[in-house]
Parts: sequence; C-alpha cells; structure tokens
Amino acid sequence: MPRLVYVLLPVLTVLSLFVGTVPLRPAQLLQDPEAWQLIAVSRLPRTLAALMAGATLAVTGQILQTLARNRFIEPMTAGAGQSAALGVLLVTLLVPGAPVWAKMAMASVAALAGSIGLLFLIRPLPPSQPLLVPLVALVYGGVIGAGVTFVAYQGDMLQYLQVWLSGELSGVLRGRYELLWLAALATAVTWLIADRITLLGLGEKTARGLGLSVAQVTALGLGAVSVVTAMCVVTLGAIPFVGLVVPNLVSRRMGDNLREALPVTAAAGAALVLGADIAGRVIRAPFEIPVSAMLGVIGAALFLTVLYKDSARD
Amino acid sequence: MIEVKGVSHDMRGQAILRDVSLSLPRGGVTALIGPNGAGKSTLLSLIARLQRLQRGRITVDDLTVGACADRDLARLLAIMPQSSAISARLRVGELVGMGRYPWHGGRPGAADHAAVEAALAQFDLTGLRHRFLDEISGGQRQRALVAMACAQGTDYLLLDEPLNNLDIAASRQLMALLRHMARDQGKSIVIVLHDINYAAGFADRVIALAGGRIVADGPPAEVITPGLLRGVFDTDARISVIDGRPVVVV
Repeated sequence: MPRLVYVLLPVLTVLSLFVGTVPLRPAQLLQDPEAWQLIAVSRLPRTLAALMAGATLAVTGQILQTLARNRFIEPMTAGAGQSAALGVLLVTLLVPGAPVWAKMAMASVAALAGSIGLLFLIRPLPPSQPLLVPLVALVYGGVIGAGVTFVAYQGDMLQYLQVWLSGELSGVLRGRYELLWLAALATAVTWLIADRITLLGLGEKTARGLGLSVAQVTALGLGAVSVVTAMCVVTLGAIPFVGLVVPNLVSRRMGDNLREALPVTAAAGAALVLGADIAGRVIRAPFEIPVSAMLGVIGAALFLTVLYKDSARD
Repeated sequence: MIEVKGVSHDMRGQAILRDVSLSLPRGGVTALIGPNGAGKSTLLSLIARLQRLQRGRITVDDLTVGACADRDLARLLAIMPQSSAISARLRVGELVGMGRYPWHGGRPGAADHAAVEAALAQFDLTGLRHRFLDEISGGQRQRALVAMACAQGTDYLLLDEPLNNLDIAASRQLMALLRHMARDQGKSIVIVLHDINYAAGFADRVIALAGGRIVADGPPAEVITPGLLRGVFDTDARISVIDGRPVVVV
C-alpha cells in the first residue's frame, strides 16, 4: 500500500496541473507564457490546496481517533468542523470587518472547544460498545450544525454557510489558500510527537506508567486537530470522510505505530482528495462537481468496504 | 525499597484503602491477595502514580511518588495495569519496544533494541514479533504485555493480575520466570493474584488485604491458613500442606 500511494501521488499531482476547464497541454509550457501564468495562479495553488487538505485531514483524523480511542469518528463530522463554522459565522456576524486572522483564530478556538466537548461527552461511554461513540459524535455534530444553521438563518447568512459546510476547490487561487500552510505546520508537529501519541493508544494507565504526560500530549493532539479543521473550513469548506477512511485503511495494512504510519496516512489522504478533485473536474466537464460531494460518494463506498472486511474477519 | 505510609483512598465517598502502611525491601516476589474490592489494584496503582495520592506518602528508593519526575519513576518502576484496553493496532515487537520509551523518549538506540530482543526471547515471543496484537491469542497478548513491562528494565515491577487469560502451563511458566528474575536478576516484583495457590507456590511473601486494610503479611505458609480463608475470603475451603507448602483444596 505505501508503494502504491507513493507512485500515485506524483502522477496525480502532474495530472492535476493539466486538467481543468481551460485546456492546457504540457507542450504549451515551452512556448506560451500564459500557460505558466495559469499554472502559477490557479492550477498549482489548487493542487497544493488539495494535497495539503488531504494530508492534514487524514493525519488529524488518525490523531482524534487515537485520542478518542475509537476508529469510527473524524473531526469534520464529529463537532469540530461544525464548531469551526460556528466560530467564523459568529465573527462575521458580530465583527463584520474582522480581518482574516481573527476569523481563523476564532474558528480554531471554536473547533478546539468542539473537540474538547466531544472527548468529555464520549468519556463515560462503555468501551465494550464501540459503535456508541460514532453515534454520539454524529448527534453531537448534528446538534452543533443545527445551531450553526439557526444562527446563520437569523443573521441572513445562509448562503455563506454553504461555503463553509461543503468544501470545494474551484475557487482556490494564489493568495486564497495559504492558510492551509498553517494546517500543514500543525500536522508536522504531530509527526514530531508521533511516538507519544502512539503510547496513548496503549491506554491512559499504561501510558502514564511509561512516564508520559498524558494531558500534555492530548492537548497538543487536540490543538493540531482544531487548527487543521478550522483552516480547512475557512479556506475550502468542510471535506468529509478523508479523516475517517484513510486512517482506517492505513491501519489495516500498517498498524498504528504512528511514526511509521503517519507519512503513509498523509500521502494517502493527499492522493484521495486530489484524485477526487481531478475526477470532479473531468466527469461533467466543463462543469465541476465539488470535492466534498465526490468524497461523500467515494468515502462512503470505501468506508463500507472497510466495515464489511472487518466484520468478515471477526 | 518501596515504602507506603498511612495511605488512605476514597472513591465516590467510599473508602477503598484505610491507613495502609507497608514496606517492601528490594528483591523477592511479593503477592497481594484478597477478595474482590479489597483495594489491591488501587494500592498498586497508587504506588505507580496512576491515581493521585489522597492521603499518606509513598516512596520508591529515594523518589517520592507524586513529587518526582514521571520519567525518573518510569526508569525505576514499571507497572502492568489490569485489563489494559489497547486500542492501537500494534505488532508484538512494537508493543514490547514501547516499554523502552522512558529511556529513549522516541529515538531507540542500540541498548533499547538489545533490551527488546532479550524481553522477546525471555517470553518466547520472538516468532510472534511481526504479528498484530489482534491476530494472536489472549494468552500470547498477556505475555506480550508482561514482556513490555520487563523491557522497561526497571528494578521494581508491579503486575496487576498477570495470570488473566493464561492457561495452567503458561501461568506456571510466567510465575517461574518472575521468580527467576527476582532471585537471579535482583528484581523486586509485586504481583496481584487471584489464585491463592499461585501465591503460595511462587511468592516469597504474601500480603492479604480486606476492606482496605492489611490483614495478614508474611511467608505463604504463615499467611495462608483456614482462618484467613474463612475470615477474609468468607469461604470454608480446606487447606492441605504438600511439600511444606499450603494448598487450597477448591
């Protein structure tokens, strides 16, 4: 699986530069300066955005699953995504002229609060009933989402909400995706502490017995989850399923030793989102299908496969 | 030496431990026995700072539990908690390697690899090292957990019901191995046991707890008596002495 992903990733990246509404062939790069302009302003930013969103969402999905000790949740649908949208919405409503960094900070703080709330909510659930966690997470995310819709409706901002709640990449241009580098940075930090996060997967007691500062590692992990979710929601809109499906697929093959697994998780997530985006550009060309809709379909199919394979094994 | 002084512990208004004092010199296998809810696991997890100490004082050599650095204690004392619910999908070799974390903090060196190899060999896990934990039997899993605690390379080793999921052969093998580690490698091992016969057969010292208090403490032959079974375990099983060792006839 790692090899397939590492081969697929550069192929998709090159492909992504040449697929889109405006036709562009590699040969044009040699003679046409406008071709370079198109790549620099639109195609490259879009490709980078897809790669970064995919990689960071997949990695933080794995982190949240480790912290929650449950494989069936992901930040985007389990409250963090909705909370991030709520954060941006409130800033936009209350301080209409707020600068981008304020929106971004508020979205991150809201996402953090949302994920802390989730962890507290699922803590008392019995480990013998692993499906309770995703159910509770789903309801929790739904309740926050309903709150977001209500606030947006009251503030006459429903059309903005669509932008945050359904992710798409067609609007990505140079100068409009750079926040995602922060998400990439936050994800890089999780790789530095990958060993410690893996230890958390041994259970809180065992981790503490090994001298791990459980609270500190949990805080760092949740911080990364929140920043990534918020940056994604603010720049592209919510992208579902990546954080759920990719960690599950990678864990099947590679296990949860995160020092080894996270690079593969990141690459697979990047390939999945970029692949879905390219497909969305091609299927109904010259129209586009948003990447979130594509992933809704692909992700659901992949997830069902994982579930059925799992139950067949047991 | 582990020194426990005046330790009391409450959980939701219920007293789990009441003024327990105890000193465990270095070396030997000490078994903690007692009925369910006697406070054995709580005592063990307080010594290993898995729960916050409410009253009293615990020291391990010159470290004061609760005041010393987590890493320092983790280099001196290892604990295998009861029913570790491991959610991570790890290979046996990786799991045992995690035991070295207090020494390398994420960057294992040659000494760490050697310790892991030794622990794998000692617990007969070398052939299973590349298998995932969810692909092996409950007994093998249990053995891997004990091996991980041993790989931590500490002088003190606390084990909470390590015989769970082990059949009679594996149980005897593990107990014999622990006794060997205590005698020949100078380890101090404290172990919570449910089966009194294993305590009688392999421990140098038996401490019986009931209702949060220590009710008996001494060599197995002195502690394990019909009086203890009746008074503490509330059962009238017979005890017969075979080869100078008390055996509970169940």
